[in-house]
This record gives sequence, structure tokens and C-alpha cells, in this order.
Amino acid sequence: VSKLRLGLRILVALAVLAVIAIGAIVWMHPGALPNNPKAVATNATTQVINRGEYLARAGDCVACHRMPNGKAFAGGRPMPTPFGALYVPNITPDDDTGIGKWTADDFYRMMHTGVSRDGTLLYPAMPFASYTKVTRADCDAIFAYLMSVTPVKQQNRRHELKFPFNKRDLLLGWRALYFNEGEYAADAKQSAEWNRGAYLVQSLGHCAMCHTAINALGGSSESKAFEGGMIPNQNWYAPSLTSNREAGLGNWDIQDIADLLQVGASHRGTTYGPMAEVVYNSLQYLTDEDVKAMAVYLKALPQRDTEPPPTSQARLVNPTVMEMGRKAYATQCAVCHGDEGKGNAPAYPPLAGNQSITMSSPVNSIRMVLNGGYAPGTKKNPRPHGMPPFSHILNDDEVAAVVTYIRVAWGNSGTPVAPAQANELRTLLPE
Amino acid sequence: MHHRSRVLNKMRRTRLALIMAALQAASASALAQSDAVPAFKQVDSIEARVQGCVTCHGQRGQGTNNGYFPRIAGKPAGYLYNQLIAFRDGSRRYSPMNYLVAYLPDAYLREIAEHFAKQRPPFAAKETAPVDSATTARGQSLVTAGEPSKGIPACIACHGAGLTGMEPGIPGLVGLRPTYIVAQLTRWRVGDRHAAEPDCMKRVAVRLTDADIAAVAAWLSQQAAPKDPSPESSNLVRMPFACGSQR
Repeated sequence: VSKLRLGLRILVALAVLAVIAIGAIVWMHPGALPNNPKAVATNATTQVINRGEYLARAGDCVACHRMPNGKAFAGGRPMPTPFGALYVPNITPDDDTGIGKWTADDFYRMMHTGVSRDGTLLYPAMPFASYTKVTRADCDAIFAYLMSVTPVKQQNRRHELKFPFNKRDLLLGWRALYFNEGEYAADAKQSAEWNRGAYLVQSLGHCAMCHTAINALGGSSESKAFEGGMIPNQNWYAPSLTSNREAGLGNWDIQDIADLLQVGASHRGTTYGPMAEVVYNSLQYLTDEDVKAMAVYLKALPQRDTEPPPTSQARLVNPTVMEMGRKAYATQCAVCHGDEGKGNAPAYPPLAGNQSITMSSPVNSIRMVLNGGYAPGTKKNPRPHGMPPFSHILNDDEVAAVVTYIRVAWGNSGTPVAPAQANELRTLLPE
Repeated sequence: MHHRSRVLNKMRRTRLALIMAALQAASASALAQSDAVPAFKQVDSIEARVQGCVTCHGQRGQGTNNGYFPRIAGKPAGYLYNQLIAFRDGSRRYSPMNYLVAYLPDAYLREIAEHFAKQRPPFAAKETAPVDSATTARGQSLVTAGEPSKGIPACIACHGAGLTGMEPGIPGLVGLRPTYIVAQLTRWRVGDRHAAEPDCMKRVAVRLTDADIAAVAAWLSQQAAPKDPSPESSNLVRMPFACGSQR
């Protein structure tokens, strides 16, 4: 009996030991991190750096401060301007070649006034006329983020500007004419959402750099804000955001505006060229709330048309041209954009009733026919549809005819396009 | 009188032949052109998504009747993906391509590459441009045997015995037109086109003369379509030069 008891005790002891061992293994095993990301505490520094990264995205710093295929923020990229080539500087925190020795005060002064750490006046290719509106807290967050990235030792290249534009003192005159220093001031009459949108569009978004015409001095006047213009050296037309005949958004749904900005494609239109770049590098990373705020502000921009609608005389099309355009459209375009130009949005944008087709500048439509284009691949549209180039299939007469056709067919209110306009854009490299 | 009617008859026949020839040419070009016209069944499909490629590379990547744009169908997916990435990031320069893929993410470029790698459309009729027999012989010798005294390996040593390429990163050479092959070899030789380091193709191209390049391109363009157009499996053979794109 006692032997039996002893055996039982040993068994029980072994069982207890086994339970303890299993418990210890389970307890000591690391396992996966908890699912809820909120459970991971981020300290104040991390929070500021994260916010800075987000704001740097909103400001699209990498669009210029990175060479194609180069390291982020290391600069070096040539920026062709009508005045000569500018070379974008290294803004990684390298002590010798970057901004490693800068302070938050230096960075804020540069963003806010366009004056570099050593007192040099910046050329306005750096959008300090917009960034001046960024708050001190946001500037500090962006600075904290830039200090946290990997330093890259890469010497800045000297600008190659023509005389007299290589004389930075001239910038004093430019600044007197076109630069208004000052952080964004909220409009108390508007909603918090409208103000958030206005802040993002006017400051970090620096939308005015393209969507406000730039004059011969490289300046743009505030009274013409968002009225559209050709983008110098890129040969795309940035449409007016204040005219319902161009990209004015007065009669768009908020969701379509938000989709255009964040997804890159919407039921009303799709982004290509320089705007696709902005969506790809910047806007796709913004929160739904911020994008919606921008949409609310853009939709509410006061509508003003700077020129009268085209006269019926100006809209007359030679029937032979119309027929040539109709034929090219039926063969090459209708499969995606439909016989009636209704498209198949968001994959294939509508052409009927599309302001970017009928607006006074036909440049973007001609470029699309010549070179095609893909919408940007974004988080919400990672596999975008695209349009093929036709420059090797259609001659100048046919390109002009098909663009004329889509500008006047289906009740569209555009004007005809001349073959010379197609020829001029054909000779440019696509970009 | 009799003589005159004979002349007229002859003229009529010539005219008829000319018209027939013109019609044939037109229908051939219409046929080839139709491959280059956008077409698809479903909007939410990879076929619809790659319509941006078809006016130059053909509906199934078989190429078009344009003399330059290459056949991409059946090339290894790894090779096509490397090219798309290089076009997007600007390390391979051809502005119409650089522009089209500038804002497309890696995963999507991979999907596009895999789509065209899977295609097996028929090959276009081979070119019949007159080339003298010495050039053809020189081309054949370089492609199949190389020139050991100059350190030039045979093309088939890497591009496959059937010249259909090798997984994962070496393209097939059959079905490419001479203008395209000459342009690419020349770009490699002058340092305008690169591959992943170690860049084996660069080591070959710098050893070739203009005449060598023309001979290789001419001979390649005269070859019949391969029975099996699929690329060879990876590294069945020891390659003469180390290639970054095979890693």
C-alpha cells in the first residue's frame, strides 16, 4: 500500500512539475506583439517626429530634395527654370554637407522668411512664399523629423543661373513684389474644417506654385491666386481652381474632390503628369480627414472666370476635321471612353462634360493623346488603369482632329485645336 | 491596233497587280495595326490595366509593326520587372517609358511583368532585309560561338540555346528587330544602359565593334520562331560572366 502511495505521490509531483514547466514555457515565450497599436506607448519625441514625417509628406519635400533613384532628402536634383538650372540642396542632417548644424530657429527662419542659415536669400523655387504660412509648431516637427533621418554626405552643387539672375541681391526686388511673410491666420467666419483645408492648401501643399500663373519674373500675384497657368519648363497646364470651366470644383461632390487628391482618380477626372506626382509622393499619405478638409476649402473657393466663354464663332469646326476626329475616336478611343464619351470612371475618365477637356488650354489633352499616361499607383488605387501613347499612330492633323472632336462633341463647349499645336508638343520629351 | 490593245492589256494587268499589292499591304498593315488598338473584355482585369502598353508592344506583348518597339511577351518576369523599375527610377532612359511608369508601385510593376512574361503570342514574320553572306556568317559565329580571342562569349551561353532567354533576369533575343538590338548594344557599349552589378552585358558590349553589333542583329532577326519560346531555367549552365541580374 505504502509503495502504491509513494508511487502516487511521485506521479502527482511529476504532474505538478509538468504543469509548472508548461506554465513557465508559456509565460516565458515571447509570442507576437499585442494587436492593438495603441497599446504601444510612443514617447513625446517619437510623436513629434511622426507628426513631422506626416507634415513633410504634406509639403512634398522629397519631390525636389531627392534625385530620381537617389537617397531621400539628399538633394542634387537639377531644376530647370527659365532663368537657368537650380540644384536642390541636401537637407539630410549631415554636419558638413546637409543641415546637421542647423537649429530649429534656423529652420523656422528659412521656412518662414526664405532666408538660409548663413543669411543667403533663397530662390523662390523653394516655395517659401507658401511655407511662410506653416505654424512654428509644424516647422519644429518637420525639423525634428529631418534631424532623425539618415545623414547623407553629398556636397551641394552650385546653381547655373544666367546673368543677371545669378545675382541674389535681385531677390530683394522680387521679395518686395511677390513675397508676403506671415503664418496662416484662421478665418473665424469659417468652419474648423475649412480652416484646416485652407491651411494645408495654402501652406504645405504649396498648390499656388503651379495653379497660379507665373509671370516673366517668376512671380505670381496674390490677386490671381489659383487662376491657373502653364507650369514653366514642364509644359503642362495647371488649370484654374477658381473657374468652373477649368478645374473649378464648385459643382463637384466633396467625395470626388477628395478621391482626385488622395486616390489619384475619381468619377469626374483623373490625375496625370505633375499632379500625379503630387498624389503619389504626397497627398495619398494624408488622412481622410485632412483630404476632406482640403476638398471642402477647394470647393468653396470663390468662382471667378477671367475670360468670357468662347463665342459660337470661335467654336466652329470644319466638317472634314470633325469627321477625321470622329473616325480616330471611334477606332482608338471609344473602347475605353465610350461612344458618347461617358468613360468608365474611375478606370477611364469621362470626356463628356469634363472641364479639363474643354478648358481654354488644350495642352493637357494633346499631351495625353500623344504620350498617354498612367494615374498614380496609390494606397487606395494600387493598380491604376492607363492610356497608351498615340504619337506614333496619329499624325499632327489627326491628333488635332481627335482633340478637337472630344472638345466639341456631346455638348462639350471647347474650341478647335490646330495641327501646329499638336506639332509643337510632339517635339517635346514626355515628362 | 493589235499592238495597242496588247499594251493597254499589259497596262491594265500592271495596274491590277499594283492595286492588289496595295490592298495586300493595306490589309497586312490593318492586321498588324489591330494588335495595337486598345481592346479588352473586362474593366477590372489585368488585360484592361495594361492597355497603356499595347499601342507600342501589342495586345499580348508581341510587338507591333513599328520597327523599334520590342516584343516583350515571354521574356522572363524578372527581366521585365527589372526594366520597369529601371524606367521608373530613371536608371534606364527612354522618356516615353520613363513618363508612363513614373508613379507606379513595385507590386504593380511586378504584376505587369508577370502578365507579359506569361504570354505566348505567335512571332511576327522574320525580316527579309538583304544582308551579305559574310555579315550573316559573322553574326552566326558571334551568336553561337563568340570570339574567345577577344574575350567575347557566345550569346547562347547566357541567352539560352534557343535564344529564348534564361530565368530570372536574361531576356530572349528572338523576335527582336535589328534596330532595337543595335540600339541596345550600342547604348550598353557607350555606358548609357546598365544592368545590376556586376553588369555582364557591359563586359560583352565593350568588346564588340559596330560591325559586330550589326552582324549579330542581322543574323538574330533572320532566325525562325523557336519551337518552345519559354526561357531556359535558371543556372542550368555555368555562365561565362557573373551577372547581377541573375542573383
